[in-house]
Amino acid sequence: MIPLNYMMSLSAMIFGIGVAGVIIRRNILVMFMSIELMLNAVNLAFIAIGSRLGSMDGQVIVFFVMTVAAAESAVGLGIIISTFRNRETVHADDLTLMRW
Amino acid sequence: MTVEFPALALILVFPALGVLFNLFFGWRLGRGAVNVVGPGVMFAAFGVATWAFLTVLAMPPGGALAMHLWGWIEAGHFHTDLGLRVDALSAVMVMIVTGVGALIHLYSVGYMAHDEDFARFFTYMNLFALSMLILILADNLLMMFVGWEGVGLCSYLLIAFWYTNPQFAYNGRKAFVVNRIGDAGFLLGMFTLVGTLGAHGVWTLNFVELHNNAALLGGAGATAACVLLFIGATGKSAQIPLYVWLPDAMVGPTPVSALIHAATMVTAGVYMIARLGFIFTMTPSTLDLVATIGALTALFAATIALVQPDIKKVLAYSTISQLGYMFLGVGSGAYASGIFHVMTHAFFKGLLFMCAGSVIHALGDEQDMTKMGGLRHKLPITFATMFIATLAIAAIPPFSGYFSKDLILEAAYESGHTSLWILGVITAGLTSFYMFRLIFMTFFGDSRVDSEKEPHIHESPAVMTIPLIVLAILATVGGWVNLPDGWLWGNAFVRFLAPVVGNFKPMVEATTISTSLPLIASIIGIVFAYVLYIRLPGLPFLLAWRLKTPYDLLLNKYYIDELYNLVVTRPMFWISQNVLNRAIDSYIIDGTAEGAGLAVQTGGEVARRAETGNVQHYAFVYLLGALGVVAYYLYLVTGR
Repeated sequence: MIPLNYMMSLSAMIFGIGVAGVIIRRNILVMFMSIELMLNAVNLAFIAIGSRLGSMDGQVIVFFVMTVAAAESAVGLGIIISTFRNRETVHADDLTLMRW
Repeated sequence: MTVEFPALALILVFPALGVLFNLFFGWRLGRGAVNVVGPGVMFAAFGVATWAFLTVLAMPPGGALAMHLWGWIEAGHFHTDLGLRVDALSAVMVMIVTGVGALIHLYSVGYMAHDEDFARFFTYMNLFALSMLILILADNLLMMFVGWEGVGLCSYLLIAFWYTNPQFAYNGRKAFVVNRIGDAGFLLGMFTLVGTLGAHGVWTLNFVELHNNAALLGGAGATAACVLLFIGATGKSAQIPLYVWLPDAMVGPTPVSALIHAATMVTAGVYMIARLGFIFTMTPSTLDLVATIGALTALFAATIALVQPDIKKVLAYSTISQLGYMFLGVGSGAYASGIFHVMTHAFFKGLLFMCAGSVIHALGDEQDMTKMGGLRHKLPITFATMFIATLAIAAIPPFSGYFSKDLILEAAYESGHTSLWILGVITAGLTSFYMFRLIFMTFFGDSRVDSEKEPHIHESPAVMTIPLIVLAILATVGGWVNLPDGWLWGNAFVRFLAPVVGNFKPMVEATTISTSLPLIASIIGIVFAYVLYIRLPGLPFLLAWRLKTPYDLLLNKYYIDELYNLVVTRPMFWISQNVLNRAIDSYIIDGTAEGAGLAVQTGGEVARRAETGNVQHYAFVYLLGALGVVAYYLYLVTGR
């Protein structure tokens, strides 16, 4: 049995990578992937804790998260494609129309 | 004994309906409808008032009608309701206001027949009567104050009725501002009453409760409240030093003058003092002040009236003078005598003003008596009625003014105010002199009317002369309700009011001289007027020329207006312009307002830099926030 601490640490690391990716990387496609990474890190934590507590709740929530993530990636990718067609860029620094 | 009498509300509802109708529909429905509704509501109110009056009359002495409307103000312990109350005092007043008021409204139909703004005029007139009725019917001081303010507002609206003339508008403002000074006194007096009684746990302004708890006031509280309330009365009732608005109020339409002088407004101060007589009686020094101011005002205004050439100005100063008599009466402790004079004065002064209006109307808006003369054959009804009114105001028996003025002077003498009594007797002589001067200059002698106006002189239409005739009858017989004992009903008026305002207790025995001297003074006044203006018409000019200094002093009203301008108005304007406008308004007020705007603008200019539009910047701040929340909860859980 893998100790819970290991699982949680892995989850935290993946989440941290995701956060770093969103904040540091300028390519919005990569930022988008980093968000998926964060979601999956959370999924991992849910499953680990669920299995540790002997409860199905963790797995149920993971299904919800995956469903939402699928919908979110469909909409998000659509927005990114439409942005690219209009602006010919996926660079976050160039997409600052909503500013002072 | 107090009986619930719901119909009392109708006395207010009818004029209120008149106001609403004339305001919203008067202009659209035209002159015919306004001419019916304007006076109609007043006659309806008079009908209800008569019903209420007869009910009170039939009750045993001290009876009153009341109607509780609804609770009004609750503030901590203080509590006041809206309620109406008609006892003997307010029954008499409400009869005067609705009765004389209705006649004046009827007269206005004829007087305003050529004015385009008849709907606005009747709106204001109805509102004026409504305010006065609120003032009279109120069962507490606060509601009375509502009416008190209402008549002040309406006097402003009506004096400045022809507002396109800047002078008229100025006079309207003057009346309003001078009244406001008095109102401040009224308010402060009210606060004093509430504060002093509140300190004893009695939080009320209700007249009945005030009456029951008056003893708690103590000497100092009662004196302060009475002096402040009296300041209010001097403003509304045109006494020294706040009388200056009344002569200038003459620029309004003449029916307005009649309404202000006879039925509404100026009698409010006398009524208020009589209503609160139980407090004034507690402070003899305040009563002496009231009597002194009254007597001085009576004499002062009468001397000014001696030389005025304008027919309405003479009447205006005579009103101030007669109001002085009323204050002399109530100040002597004989409240009933003051109210009695309010009543007879309402008859003869309303009549005098409406007659003057009739003369002015006939002469095409001419008010200068030096351009009148010989009108008695051309305006027979006006002449006859005005002559009766003049006999009444000059206190010639058996006309009404004789009985009321006699009662006041008798009270002044018997209460020991001998010097004030002498002033009153002198004023009686002056009164009959200037009133007969007015009659002689207007109706007797040769005509001095401008030749182009001469052919147009005509008697007024019936709608104007009928109120004149009715009031002439009242001015004749109105005094007979208080004849000496053994005559007719004998002292009925005083006995009727006694349960409300108390009995007058004489301190000095009246003598034959003291009772007959006022009448002798009046007759001497008439003889002087006859000699000066009928027998020797050149003599007044000679006298005016010989006594130029006193004549000019009187003609210019003792330069009081100029004095007030110099001492009060001009410094006030100077301070307003140079200190309040230039310094405080420009720098402090504008600086605060504009500084606040500038601070927001500058702050926004800086803060907007944070909005970069870059989603990653926002995400970073969001991360910091999330970390902060996590750190906070960690701290809560672990305590480290």
